[in-house]
Amino acid sequence: MPLIEVKNLKKTFQSGEATIRAVDDVSFSVEEGEFVAITGRSGSGKSTLLYQLGLLDTPTSGEIHIGGVDVLTLESDGRTDFRLRDLGYVFQDYANLPSLTALENVMLPLLMQGYTEEEATKKATNALARVGLQDRLDNLPSQLSGGQQQRVAIARAIGHDPKILFADEPTANLDTETSETVLKAFLDLHKDGQTILMVTHEPEYAELTERIMVLADGKLVSDKKTAKH
Amino acid sequence: MSTHKRTTASWKTSLSVGAFLAYRELRRSNPWTTILIVFVMTLTFLNLVVVSGILVGLIEGSIDANKRMYSGDVLISPLLEKSYIEQSPEVEKIVRTLPGFVALTERYAEPGKVVSNYKETLAPGVKPNQTSALVVGIDPVQEDAVTGIGSKLKRGEFLSAGDTEAIVIGADLLYEFTPIESPSYVTLKNVTVGSKVLLEVGNTKREVTIKGIIKSKAGDVDARVFMLDSEFRKIAGRGDYNVDEIAVVLDGETTAEEFKNKLLASGVGDYARVQTFEDAQPKFLKDIKATFALLGNVIGSIGLVVASITIFIVIFVNAITRRRFIGILKGIGISERAIKFSYVLQSLFYALSGVVIGSLLVFLVLKPFFAANPINFPFSDGILVATVSGTATKAFILFIATLIAGYIPARMVVRQNTLSAILGR
Repeated sequence: MPLIEVKNLKKTFQSGEATIRAVDDVSFSVEEGEFVAITGRSGSGKSTLLYQLGLLDTPTSGEIHIGGVDVLTLESDGRTDFRLRDLGYVFQDYANLPSLTALENVMLPLLMQGYTEEEATKKATNALARVGLQDRLDNLPSQLSGGQQQRVAIARAIGHDPKILFADEPTANLDTETSETVLKAFLDLHKDGQTILMVTHEPEYAELTERIMVLADGKLVSDKKTAKH
Repeated sequence: MSTHKRTTASWKTSLSVGAFLAYRELRRSNPWTTILIVFVMTLTFLNLVVVSGILVGLIEGSIDANKRMYSGDVLISPLLEKSYIEQSPEVEKIVRTLPGFVALTERYAEPGKVVSNYKETLAPGVKPNQTSALVVGIDPVQEDAVTGIGSKLKRGEFLSAGDTEAIVIGADLLYEFTPIESPSYVTLKNVTVGSKVLLEVGNTKREVTIKGIIKSKAGDVDARVFMLDSEFRKIAGRGDYNVDEIAVVLDGETTAEEFKNKLLASGVGDYARVQTFEDAQPKFLKDIKATFALLGNVIGSIGLVVASITIFIVIFVNAITRRRFIGILKGIGISERAIKFSYVLQSLFYALSGVVIGSLLVFLVLKPFFAANPINFPFSDGILVATVSGTATKAFILFIATLIAGYIPARMVVRQNTLSAILGR
């Protein structure tokens, strides 16, 4: 059974009298352990699709099953809890909390899951070590570079061993060198079996994954395995 | 059963995560902002406690003065249908034998008149400048020892055993201290220490010299004329030693109510009216006390509303400016309850800081200060009345108000759409 199964997913917005189809009848599935790039031109609906899959938004119609759960039937609290336990999300602009250190940012979802402070510290430290930030535990986000902040965000997203890691243009605000460091972190996670869905508009980064889905005007126009695969 | 357990754990976890966030938010926020908010909360708490405390203290000062300088703990006076305390020496003996007794002072009293320009009224057409007053005969040593009114002279000196031709007059009877121009309340003009006035008690008139002017701020004391009890008996024709007032001071362990009941049980009630200092308070004092207590509550309530609005604004601005981070918190799976807890806990921290600092100021600085330096109100020496239980009640009310004022804006912001909050739209 696929880990993610999407059927006839639609997301429309009303802009004046016009109806914008941000995601237009998209269907696909993702197997456990896959590293998928969702790409397309600006405004093609790739981020909107990721928001629906990450349960940050509610689609207009269609179905999303994650790990066999029909997630669109979940109430607000259930969706929050599902995000907490089963999903990890890396935002384009890091989205770290400025009043928390790197370690505390990563600890937070773990504490919410009911881990003790000691357990959460241990798991968060491991997650930060996996992205190469073991020596930046006590730094506030303002004391870290862009790449380091994004790696904190990745550590936060993987700290609780989520089923799926979503990344929304994680390298958009980074220079090439830093972007490669971040991508390497994703590739390492994938090697360890992590399922990853990454939105990117950089073809060369998409090529590093094993499957590329291309969106245009909200429609899934291409879905193919990469040469790497 | 399992649902209940999960719910309990969820509350506990949310509270724990809320505390984790609140602590770090407070620790890493701009210290000057925190200081400013705590300062505002301290002032709000002081407003709650001190304003009403001063209002109540104003009356407490007056009640205390009335007790110390007029009634004592227990006041014995004539039965309503009698003009003096019958069997006064017997009553005095009973008082002295009861446990709890410390001291007493006896007073004779008759209504009289004081005329200031009595020499000028010999000429035709000159209206006398006279005022009615209660003329009180006292043993000055005993009276001063019990009530201490000898230290409350505004001018001149208190009576001594040889002052047969002298009086001490209350400041309320003199125009200089009570400048009232009213046909129903006449005060004496051009009268000061050393002035000679004509004292009339019944049909007896006597020229006396003013030795002192008393201003005690204690009930009717300042509207009285004091003279030696021996001289009073002469001019009032009282040779039976039956007095009109006995003010009794107790040891502090026996309550006035207990002592009163003992006196009544001893039969004193057959000869005299026995009142505790509270019973003997003038009605206007009781009315003002009730009025000021009400006023204090009204002002306190306004202070509470101000405190609530302050906290609401602080938390609302705080939450609005962190709207995106609240969205991120929800996005990574932090429950709305935990986020709300973090804001409520921050509010409670501000309230707690205000209460602690405010209480320290009240009990370690303001209360001792006002006790040592009472506020000089026209009719009382105002102190600050702040009891631990009363202050704790106000602190509790402030906490409840803060809790609500912190919760509402947090709830408003937390309920917004997660994605909209993250994207700032």
